Amino acid sequence: MSRSLLSIEELGEVGVRRILDLADTMAEVNRRPNPKVPALRNKTVCSVFFEDSTRTRLSFETAAKRLSADTMTFAVSQSSLSKGESLRDTVESIGAMGVDAFVVRHRSAGAPWLIDSWMQASVVNAGDGWHAHPTQGLLDAYTVRTALNRPGGFDGLRVVMVGDIKHSRVARSTTAAFEALGAAVTWVAPTTLLPPAIDDSTRSSSDDLDAVLADGVDVVYLLRMQKERMTEALVPHLREYTMRFGLTPERAQRLEPQTLVMHPGPMNRGVEIAVDPAELQGAVITQQVTNGIAVRMAVLFDVLSPDADQEALS
Amino acid sequence: MTKRVLSPEDVRRAITRMAHEIVERNQGLDDVALVGVQTGGVWLAAALGAEIARIDADSCVPVGSIDASLYRDDIGIRPVSPAAVSELNADVEGARIVLVDDVLFTGRTVLAAMDALSDYGRPMAIQLAVMVDRGHRELPIRPDFVGKNLPTSTDENVAATPDGVTIT
Amino acid sequence: MTRNVLISGAIVIDPTGERRVDVRVSTEAGTVVDVADSLEATADDHHLDASGQVLCPGFVDLHTHLREPGKEEAETIETGSRAAAKGGYTAVVAMPNTDPTQDSVAVVEFVRQQGVRAGLCDVYPSGSITVGRRGTELTPFAELAQVGVKLFTDDGNGVQDPQLMRRALEYSKGLGVTMAQHCEVEQLTEGGVMHEGECCAHLGLPGWPALAEELMVHRDIELVRLTGAPAHFLHLSTARSVELVGAAKADGLQVTAEATPHHISLTDELLRSYSAIYKVNPPLRTIADVEAVREGLVDGTIDAIATDHAPHVKATKEQPLDQAPPGMVGLETALGVAIAHLAMPLADIVAALSWKPAAIAGLDELHGRPIAPGEPANLTVFDPGVEWEVAPALLASKSTNTPFVGVPLRGRTVHTLLAGQFTVESGEPTR
Repeated sequence: MSRSLLSIEELGEVGVRRILDLADTMAEVNRRPNPKVPALRNKTVCSVFFEDSTRTRLSFETAAKRLSADTMTFAVSQSSLSKGESLRDTVESIGAMGVDAFVVRHRSAGAPWLIDSWMQASVVNAGDGWHAHPTQGLLDAYTVRTALNRPGGFDGLRVVMVGDIKHSRVARSTTAAFEALGAAVTWVAPTTLLPPAIDDSTRSSSDDLDAVLADGVDVVYLLRMQKERMTEALVPHLREYTMRFGLTPERAQRLEPQTLVMHPGPMNRGVEIAVDPAELQGAVITQQVTNGIAVRMAVLFDVLSPDADQEALS
Repeated sequence: MTKRVLSPEDVRRAITRMAHEIVERNQGLDDVALVGVQTGGVWLAAALGAEIARIDADSCVPVGSIDASLYRDDIGIRPVSPAAVSELNADVEGARIVLVDDVLFTGRTVLAAMDALSDYGRPMAIQLAVMVDRGHRELPIRPDFVGKNLPTSTDENVAATPDGVTIT
Repeated sequence: MTRNVLISGAIVIDPTGERRVDVRVSTEAGTVVDVADSLEATADDHHLDASGQVLCPGFVDLHTHLREPGKEEAETIETGSRAAAKGGYTAVVAMPNTDPTQDSVAVVEFVRQQGVRAGLCDVYPSGSITVGRRGTELTPFAELAQVGVKLFTDDGNGVQDPQLMRRALEYSKGLGVTMAQHCEVEQLTEGGVMHEGECCAHLGLPGWPALAEELMVHRDIELVRLTGAPAHFLHLSTARSVELVGAAKADGLQVTAEATPHHISLTDELLRSYSAIYKVNPPLRTIADVEAVREGLVDGTIDAIATDHAPHVKATKEQPLDQAPPGMVGLETALGVAIAHLAMPLADIVAALSWKPAAIAGLDELHGRPIAPGEPANLTVFDPGVEWEVAPALLASKSTNTPFVGVPLRGRTVHTLLAGQFTVESGEPTR
């Protein structure tokens, strides 16, 4: 059974560091005039996106192409899934065309694990429901590592993550990645947007952004606030959300100039971020996107190369 | 069982001789650049660079390194992890690149290194300098500058460092 | 076919107590004919050596989904009856969430006839509380009571409207029937796929909070207090639910309760596998809840073990959690799970599987009877000590969605007799 990347927890600190080190090599490739290497030239990578996402899909496809892999794309609206074909049948028929790695995004948590149990090919989780988005976590960690020049780890780093944590796979994976490297992460959100039953002894959370910022922070991570949350009675009004939890010009002024400001995109300007990131010295939002390619190249290379201990068997 | 076949002094003498050969062969070191193959060739490239600078004080031969792991033909067969990030320190286009590695064996690493190099530009020429040529080539690749020719059997391991050359 | 069956050497456990006696059953008459310390085998006897085994009244399941009519691809009344017999059951109460719903005499009669035709278990259809289980109009309780329906439930869902539930209790009060509730306030569980707790928060899955069950348990207890009608609580799963029922009983209210084998043995941690085999309503809860439910059975707050046997076609369970239907099969493993996980005298476990549910279901004229001459021979013989593991492919049920693969079970049915005839002999169904 080949290697898959399904969650940061399963990757572990060792795996996270391995991928980030690999990303350095890939970042150098990306700086060349011809950013391409033949490393995966015999491999086929298939993106299977059951949930719409142009940017993540493009990021993965670019990564695969830069490693000279062949790519296939399967987008749900054009597919037979709408004709009632089961997930298993869909994935198995695609697999029969000769796929070495599936990049899967699905609105149901756990779907990539199911696919991994059915298929011999590698599976890379590109986002499952509210649960996990490991490549986002990795590219966020890589961005902080390079922006703050911290190749050793994030001990003592204070990270604040603000927004709809409850429904955010980015929140879960990015928090896991930061914590794997030693950072302290605090979640800030109205209680309705925090996961229920949080264990206070292991998770620091608050609904007072100003108090948390006043304590000092190295990274402010803003999550997208979806307009639908209003209709679900999770927040009264978006304006009130911005007042309590948004990065307003006034709050941005109170940040130290070297504090990093991050966002997974796409931004809802005026809601969770009410300043122009171009005017924030610490904003690394575009770097996150650039790094996404290097990190995804590292991930694809990592899952499609055999394990070091497999050498002993052959 | 480890056998030492070259002492550190032998290695030093070989480096001096190879450096002279490189200077002689490339009259006018203007377009010459030394590129060590990660990781084994890096020390040797640095040592050759230092020796060349001693021989010709006016010369300015850049020393860099290249990682060939992403170009190997056995990815998916054997585990490969990129050794380090390439840092050429030179413009490949139109240059005479002296590729440097510690041990030349099947030739596949050199092939991968040449593939990697060609992604940075089109060199005028590529020459190959190695401390040890241990035979058993699987490709038509031959070195231009050799420290020592060493017949070995395929199950032996050869290591070449500033502290000498050993066979295990 | 011999005229009698002689069961010798067994420990007999029945409502009167526990004793070591030999028992003779008349196949022709369908009753027990002889009970004595020692009985000589005659030519007319089919002799079973039951030493080391237990003989008791057949088990009664208050809560089985037979899926027919409507979902015969998952189970039929015949295959479900066979699974029941293999598990030691001589009677099951068939849940009404069939298609069409068991809310009319025609459908109820159909289900009962199918049970008779299969001849493997007594099938007692329950009725729904509301027509079509839509939660708006009451089912004709009296009409259905006339054809023998004793339990009414909208199981699969709880009755959301308190006014309607009050009317159901008030109207049905004098009819000798019992309302049974699947306690779930649906507005609190929307989209929920597992217990709302730490495991759920960590996995990023929508949760089914304990409060959604407890709120309805509380509501119906108060409605019982108000109306004086009896009520039965299906599949209790949380510590607080058990507490509430205990307090209601202490107040002298006429309430009864059941718990499933999976709620006394499995926790929400199993959902970390993302396997929909572990998805069930109400969901698997925390270890604290599991222990409280066990305790409830031990001290009698919870009266009966009921399987909530819910077969599903394999492909439907191979879907992501939010798309897969909830439910687990359980008829064939109930005894094995109960003995392995309950620190209770064996006689009390048998009570919870047999005569206590028989009483709640109003079947105690025929099932859960004392083992004495003249009593109907609805009997089970089981080996209380054998350790075994379930193999899904060997289940008699048409579906294989059991959560107990790899879980050590203790205790297994050897023979089941329905009205004096074998439905299971030496572990194998007779038809």
